[in-house]
Amino acid sequence: MKEFRASVKKEFLHIFRDKRTILIVMIMPVVQIILFGFAVSTEVNNARVAVCGDMSDPQIRRATERMDENKYLEITAILSSPGEITDLFRKNGADAAVCFSRNFGSRIPDGRASVRIIGDGSDPNTARMITSYISGVLQDTAADIDISVSGEKQSSMTPVVQLMYNPAMKSSYNFVPGVMGLILMLICSMMTAVSIVREKETGTLELLLVSPVRPLWVIMSKLIPYLLLSAFNFATILLLSHYVMEVPVNGSLALLSLAATLFVIASLAIGLLVSVISSSQRTAMLICGMGLTMPTMIFSGIIFPCESMPLALQWFSDIIPAKWFIILVKKIMIQGDGFTAILKELGILAGMAAALLAFSIKSFRTRLQ
Amino acid sequence: MNTEYAIRIRNLVKKFGDFTAVDNITFDVRKGEIFGFLGANGAGKTTAMRILCGLSRPTSGSGTVAGFDICREQEKIKRNIGYMSQKFSLYPDLTVRENIRLFGGIYGLKDREIKEKTERMLDMLEMKDAGGRFAAELPLGWKQKLSFSIALVHSPRIIFLDEPTGGVDPETRRRFWELIYDTAGNGTTVFVTTHYMDEAEYCDRVSIMVDGRIDAMDSPAGLKERFAARSMDEVFRIVAGKAVREE
Amino acid sequence: MKTIEISGISKNYGQVPALRDISLEVNQGEIFGLIGPDGAGKTTLFRIMTTLMLADTGSGTICGMDIVRDYSRIRKIIGYMPGRFSLYQDLSVRENLEYFATLFGSTVGKNYDSIKEIYSQIEPFEKRRAGKLSGGMKQKLALCCALVHKPSVLFLDEPTTGVDAVSRSEFWKMLDRIRKSGVTVFVSTPYMDEASLCDRLAMIREGRIIGTGTPEQIISAYPYRLLSVAGGNMYPLLKILRNTEGVISCFSFGNALHLAYDPEKTGLPAILAKIRENGSEDCRIREITPGIEDCFMQLAGK
Repeated sequence: MKEFRASVKKEFLHIFRDKRTILIVMIMPVVQIILFGFAVSTEVNNARVAVCGDMSDPQIRRATERMDENKYLEITAILSSPGEITDLFRKNGADAAVCFSRNFGSRIPDGRASVRIIGDGSDPNTARMITSYISGVLQDTAADIDISVSGEKQSSMTPVVQLMYNPAMKSSYNFVPGVMGLILMLICSMMTAVSIVREKETGTLELLLVSPVRPLWVIMSKLIPYLLLSAFNFATILLLSHYVMEVPVNGSLALLSLAATLFVIASLAIGLLVSVISSSQRTAMLICGMGLTMPTMIFSGIIFPCESMPLALQWFSDIIPAKWFIILVKKIMIQGDGFTAILKELGILAGMAAALLAFSIKSFRTRLQ
Repeated sequence: MNTEYAIRIRNLVKKFGDFTAVDNITFDVRKGEIFGFLGANGAGKTTAMRILCGLSRPTSGSGTVAGFDICREQEKIKRNIGYMSQKFSLYPDLTVRENIRLFGGIYGLKDREIKEKTERMLDMLEMKDAGGRFAAELPLGWKQKLSFSIALVHSPRIIFLDEPTGGVDPETRRRFWELIYDTAGNGTTVFVTTHYMDEAEYCDRVSIMVDGRIDAMDSPAGLKERFAARSMDEVFRIVAGKAVREE
Repeated sequence: MKTIEISGISKNYGQVPALRDISLEVNQGEIFGLIGPDGAGKTTLFRIMTTLMLADTGSGTICGMDIVRDYSRIRKIIGYMPGRFSLYQDLSVRENLEYFATLFGSTVGKNYDSIKEIYSQIEPFEKRRAGKLSGGMKQKLALCCALVHKPSVLFLDEPTTGVDAVSRSEFWKMLDRIRKSGVTVFVSTPYMDEASLCDRLAMIREGRIIGTGTPEQIISAYPYRLLSVAGGNMYPLLKILRNTEGVISCFSFGNALHLAYDPEKTGLPAILAKIRENGSEDCRIREITPGIEDCFMQLAGK
């Protein structure tokens, strides 16, 4: 036991004395969250809207006010003719424009009033999102207008799309679980693999092996520090996403931690496996970087949804622990699901972690190859 | 250009911060001479050698290598010297022929010249049948001879050998020195470092660096007489044993 | 019982044979040297003996324990210093030492006596990171780390490679003191001149043991007569002598040539005549007893 404690302490000294590592470990989650949160933002956030129409028309004024009151939209320009819109887009002065037809208010009763919503198609994803958001707001307004104009509620056949759990279509709801999976995966597998392979490279592993210390202790002393580090990272990401990205934790925090622990164990075991097959730190980094990060990025749904992939790839994504972890995080954090609802995913992840750990410990040799 | 000396170094100093790695050394190496450059680990040999090879600039001092200024004409120096160290010499994943062609190409030899030289070299090294083998597969002694020949592929005026014989078996080591003798006999100047003191005896002249200075420089016979020693090993212990500096 | 006994050890890396039928015996309390050039298989043999690697064929015991079956017991009683500096560069001198002591279930305090003599030389730098030590100090620290649990057998794989002549002789003095404390030392080196410092030695080349015994035994088994020829301008003479009838070999040794001849085929007068014939009359020629290096070259040439 004393040997084990000394080894864990030694591992921590390695981590804290390598400024680069500790910086990466501490800063990476923050950078990732900020990067995904602000730079790669795909959500409707402070969308600048230009309005084109007769502002003396009370109905137009009312619709405009409604849009301006909405916290995701911002009216930045009032134009008098539709011709100015192109100019404004070219100067990047607005993200979308709303064009009310002439005599809008007076034409409402006979149903000939029309509104055009014009998006900046040079960024199709954003444009689609903003325009559909605006049309949602206008539909709400139209319902009110109908009431006030005709005095009676008309049943409308226009479907109102509402995104449950994420009314503003915030992308942070999507990427926070993804980033969490990515970072825990990277920290655990890459750091573990590199730290073991480094001992291979410097020859210290030879010394550890010729000592009476049981290989299991060597492995555990390598895993524990990274387990603690990833707990720290997990907390960082959670705090950042809650207070900066305003992603709620609707479900149980304990359940979330359980899922994370299982995932971390699976990742540590993968790191151990990588260390067994690679002979240099560079190889280990490459395997972790390309072999683990890329599939995690692709199959975790951070970039595009798994459901739109070919069937074969979807099957392949099933063997990636990160996929299940990300599903779990989404279910617990955002949907607020309880234990029974996530039993299947939790079971799969636990099974993977146990199998990987057993296999990697078994393949870690008591001798050099 | 001076015709008599291959290397002339005057008051060479190299400092790293407040650490003086090379402390005011002055020496000449004649053309065709085998010059042994000895010193304990950390005495400043490697630093001095890097300056001579045009890889690093001195803090102060002057000198010429192969007739070119060590401060201003580093590129010309590089083109006119050969360098071989045991650590870096051949690309293990290239074949013998590919290695020769690569280095010939690096030094700007024409294709026809490279072809000719390759055949002549393989002939001389008695490695005709090994031309297609990967360098990694060759026995250590062969690798050494091959990398030596490759360092000579562009007919440099001076060849720098950095511990060329470390760990090689005794006979191969001696055969290697015979190769060095042949090379020097053809007029190429040989500048060599070694940890084997018996090899110091094979040099025409030897310098011993201690704490960045050259504390002794003479022919092996002269040094043994001066320090009343029977072998260069003893001379080295007497001279280098005075070192105060740690690596 | 011999401290180390191995027999018939062979090991291949793929198609390449690294060790071929190696058998050795090492007595308790002696310095046993394994001498041979790089690539001879020294490190492989060390790894097999220290239970780090399995041999393809053959068997062995360390202090009576089987190197395959009893590997975990062997690991408790041996100290090992691998070929390159293998300590934690980012840990301090003291941290390294303490860590290795703990690994073997011991403490620095308990065994301080056994390393005191060497450790006192690096003790002033206790807080320095191991990576910042000079070559000589690193070597001393590595030796301390291998000794800190009071091993019965100490394995040192090329401890003096790349070390200058002054530090090398210091190191051998330390080994001598370690042996006096009762530890069996198994050490490898590519430097032939270190052979005479061993009690017994084995010469290894291309994975085969080509000779073994005390230095005296090996030297007395030298089958030829040996001459030392010293004088000016030796290189041309070497080439002539090498091609002389009855001369087995001729190589330069420091400032002289060592010429081995078969007394049944030629004699001293014939060789002297040959030297005079080539105008090298000022040569000093004397018969000498061979050194280990002469023996190695003779045995390697067989």
